[in-house]
Amino acid sequence: MSQQSVKLHEPLVHLSKRDTIAPLKAWLIRLAAIVLGLVVCGLVAFVLIEKIQQKPEKIWDFYNAFIRGSFSTPRKLWKFLKNLSILLCIALGLTPAFRMRFWNIGGEGQTLVGVLGAIAVAFYAGDRLPSWALLTLMLLAALLAGAVWAVIPALFKAKWNTNETLFTLMMNYVATFLVSFFLEVWVTNGSGALPKLKQAKLPVVGGNDYLLIILVVLALDAALFVYMNFSKQGYEISVVGESVRTAQYVGINVRKVIIRTMILSGMLCGLTGYLIGAGLDQSITANSVGGQGFTAIMVAWLGKFNPIFMILTSGLIQLLNQGAAQISQDFNVSGALPEVIVGIILFFIIGSEFFINYQVHFRGCGKKTAKGGKAA
Amino acid sequence: MNIWLNFLIDSLAFGATFMYGSTGEILTEKAGHLNLGIPGIMCMGGAGGCLMLNLIGKSGLPPVLIVTAGILSALAMSMLMGLIYSFLTVTLRANQNVTGLALTTFGVGLMKVIMSKLDATVYLVGPKALYRWPFAGRQDSMQCLGVLFFLAIAVAIASSWVLYRTKVGLHLRAVGENPATADAVGINVSRYKYAATCIGSGIAGLGGFYYIIDYMASQEAYLSLEAFGWLSIALVIFALWRPHVTIIGSTVFGLLFSCSSYITNIDWIRVTMSTKPLLKMLPYVVTVLVLIISSIRNKRENQPPSSLGLSYFREDR
Repeated sequence: MSQQSVKLHEPLVHLSKRDTIAPLKAWLIRLAAIVLGLVVCGLVAFVLIEKIQQKPEKIWDFYNAFIRGSFSTPRKLWKFLKNLSILLCIALGLTPAFRMRFWNIGGEGQTLVGVLGAIAVAFYAGDRLPSWALLTLMLLAALLAGAVWAVIPALFKAKWNTNETLFTLMMNYVATFLVSFFLEVWVTNGSGALPKLKQAKLPVVGGNDYLLIILVVLALDAALFVYMNFSKQGYEISVVGESVRTAQYVGINVRKVIIRTMILSGMLCGLTGYLIGAGLDQSITANSVGGQGFTAIMVAWLGKFNPIFMILTSGLIQLLNQGAAQISQDFNVSGALPEVIVGIILFFIIGSEFFINYQVHFRGCGKKTAKGGKAA
Repeated sequence: MNIWLNFLIDSLAFGATFMYGSTGEILTEKAGHLNLGIPGIMCMGGAGGCLMLNLIGKSGLPPVLIVTAGILSALAMSMLMGLIYSFLTVTLRANQNVTGLALTTFGVGLMKVIMSKLDATVYLVGPKALYRWPFAGRQDSMQCLGVLFFLAIAVAIASSWVLYRTKVGLHLRAVGENPATADAVGINVSRYKYAATCIGSGIAGLGGFYYIIDYMASQEAYLSLEAFGWLSIALVIFALWRPHVTIIGSTVFGLLFSCSSYITNIDWIRVTMSTKPLLKMLPYVVTVLVLIISSIRNKRENQPPSSLGLSYFREDR
């Protein structure tokens, strides 16, 4: 051994990957992140509104408005449940693709062409068919449109390994302008707005306009949970997602799985489009989906691609949306406040995942775990 | 003949928005980070610049100072956004797609909140003539081009030079291709990722500022900015990850995007209203085609950086 003493440099913080974490602890970390995020949101909203209004408000009023946004009247509660369902439904569509590590960020476009398919059928065949036949045909058209929109990137991914993230992103905009094109063709009076197609309306169940949508999405949620966790196809998807090589080794036809899963993914998004088209709007604009296709990506990711958790995350996002909308209405600020609030909370939740996946050791502290989710 | 020249120059000026956006995004992607927050960053760059112009616009400072402060503020604001992104994705190793989308949601929203309360008469009136130097006041279409436009070209060329002709660029590309190897030869991976993301975001933010203050110079400009952020991400693919190619690419995109309004002025081409959306769809379709063709040809230098979208943790194997 040499006499020379080697001075080791020990870094201030050292990271290591956790093998497992108790689910309770993981959820506590996430909860802490959300609470911390809400506090920061309150402060940001407070500062923004004070700057704009020149009059200070009590910070508690913001949280009060948050709750009132979704729960103060039955109408708001129904709206909350409806929005939750639509967002959840797109997220459900994305889930099989994400489980396969296929970054389908084209939910927006796939849903929009679903709406387009349904409304196109209603526009051309609305007067000629009995209601039940029309609604069925609309459903088929929506499913087909969504599936086609999703399978195009999948085919290229399977054959030439074309980057699916960028491909599906572009398909969103192609869909948007396709809708603008059809609106120009259909609406001849120059207003650019398609009047409501009355005959294309889904029947009202249980006395509420939204109940049918909510029930359909709940059923889908359960079905997808079973499909992903207890079926052979769901298992194949997980294997392809974990390792393509392993999948090939055990004899899974990776191309077939990619294409089949994306058809399923697109059909679910198309179904959401049908629910929007036939269940809610009976019309279409280029903004019918309104960015929910992108929000759904975050819903699916935050819910760990688990259909049951995704109900919670979708609910959280909608709670924030409606709460912030209530704030901007009550305090007369720009209607874009919900986006700011959702963004901030998302930063915190995204940041908190780090503390779930990794363990932080500080120099000289032996084994010590950092708590909470701090982010930006 | 003149209409074609106007068309070309207008497209060039319009394209500078994407030129900034995609040059910034290329730098980030070369470090292995797919930053889908670019639309939000561009929006916040624009908002940051306008906020500063609004604050000091009436203070009586020399106009050159006011304009410089506006540009610096746009840079600072968008670099701050880049810092949020890189803290989450580099240090906290968060999922890049989700982080980027959250950043876009946040940035677009905050910009709308800020811009809706700013006074357009303050942030628009003073500076426009300065940005258009040296062509300000000319009657022909050349008056669209100005300092910020030439800066965009300079930045694109300089970025290409740094990426492909210097050691720093080589290191940066190594980080994006294979961070583990880069780490093994002693390159500080996190530092490169942070620097590339923040500088890239700053450049992209200038694009937003340019669009609001210079190209559109209107009160409603900020409402249409987000769409061009996404188009910038498309342009990265079109340019095959080479910043200098964005100069041509952005012109092509500008031509495709604005041709719908020019074509109607030409007698011998008959267009109906319904073809306009199809023309506006073209940039995205062309991007998809480029993406497909480059993946079929599968030439190594035309591919996305191989670790694009993956976070790097040294102890992973």
